Amino acid sequence: MARLKLFVPLVAFLVLAGFLFKGLSLDPKALPSALVGKPFPAFLVSELHTDRMISQRDITGEPALINVWATWCYSCRVEHPYLIDLARAGIKIIGLNYKDSPGPARQWLEDLGDPYQLVLSDINGTVGLDLGVYGAPETYVVDRHGVVQHRHVGVVDERVWQRDLASYFADVVVPSTSESTAVEGIL
Amino acid sequence: MNRRCIVLSLLLMLPLPAWPVIETYDFSDTSLETRYHALSEELRCPKCQNQNIADSDAPISRDLRALLHTQLEQGANDAEILGFMVARYGDFVRYRPAVDENTVILWYGPGIVAVIGLLALGLHLRKQSSVTAAPMTPEEREALGRQLAKNTPTPIDTEKSP
Repeated sequence: MARLKLFVPLVAFLVLAGFLFKGLSLDPKALPSALVGKPFPAFLVSELHTDRMISQRDITGEPALINVWATWCYSCRVEHPYLIDLARAGIKIIGLNYKDSPGPARQWLEDLGDPYQLVLSDINGTVGLDLGVYGAPETYVVDRHGVVQHRHVGVVDERVWQRDLASYFADVVVPSTSESTAVEGIL
Repeated sequence: MNRRCIVLSLLLMLPLPAWPVIETYDFSDTSLETRYHALSEELRCPKCQNQNIADSDAPISRDLRALLHTQLEQGANDAEILGFMVARYGDFVRYRPAVDENTVILWYGPGIVAVIGLLALGLHLRKQSSVTAAPMTPEEREALGRQLAKNTPTPIDTEKSP
């Protein structure tokens, strides 16, 4: 028994080392949304293109991506082509134009293409605030009942899609873009 | 070199990031201002991770400070304001998260570990003080004397050694 006691510090060290080792692979910036598992917050804002008022009822019915974007957000420009690919494959994407002006936002979509079925014009950021948005781009998965299932902070690309988002849209197949980019790389 | 060029190049050296957050809010009551400062120091900027919203110049911190000001002026109490923020940004947004099943180990863990340590130390010390050396028997004393005499080098020995 006294001999076994000698191993207590070793065991304590191993437990601590185990936790610290796990910590190495954790992303300190990963911040789960406080809204996961809760309904998308109620809102009443104008739609960017039509100017008619829309509410949370307009975005429920089928699973959708809610993409927070703005013209002042450089990463949104990087993300945009992939959103267009997703929209082409049949994913319902709702835009949340966060703290932006409608004029430049419309122009942006005209120039770069419009992957959104609806765009919430959140000029003063109140919808973003209720959603716990702290930057752009951010992307939320909302199921057909309007419940937030997942939040991704940062650019959505193919890797992120496959890893975190695709499982929520099991019936939609998004063609891989990696082959075409590989060919472009060779050329 | 003309004067304007020198002034411009000096202006370029201005330490912009070193400027603190300069904002003024008018409060209808000085107690609100005290609470504003306390709350903005307790609320953590979701974007910048290790700054509170009082120190951070991130856009989101600016928004949260404005919101804090509005809520205080509307007469919300501290619990309501913190609840509002936590509902949106999660426990992360508070530097002192509420005690619940997720945080209870953070709040009380160190105290429990310290108590266990003190108890162990106390037990150990008590055990040590209760152990007293038994007096030697005459035989043991004699054996010890013999052993010591055998091991003590004689003066000649020490001189011989290099």
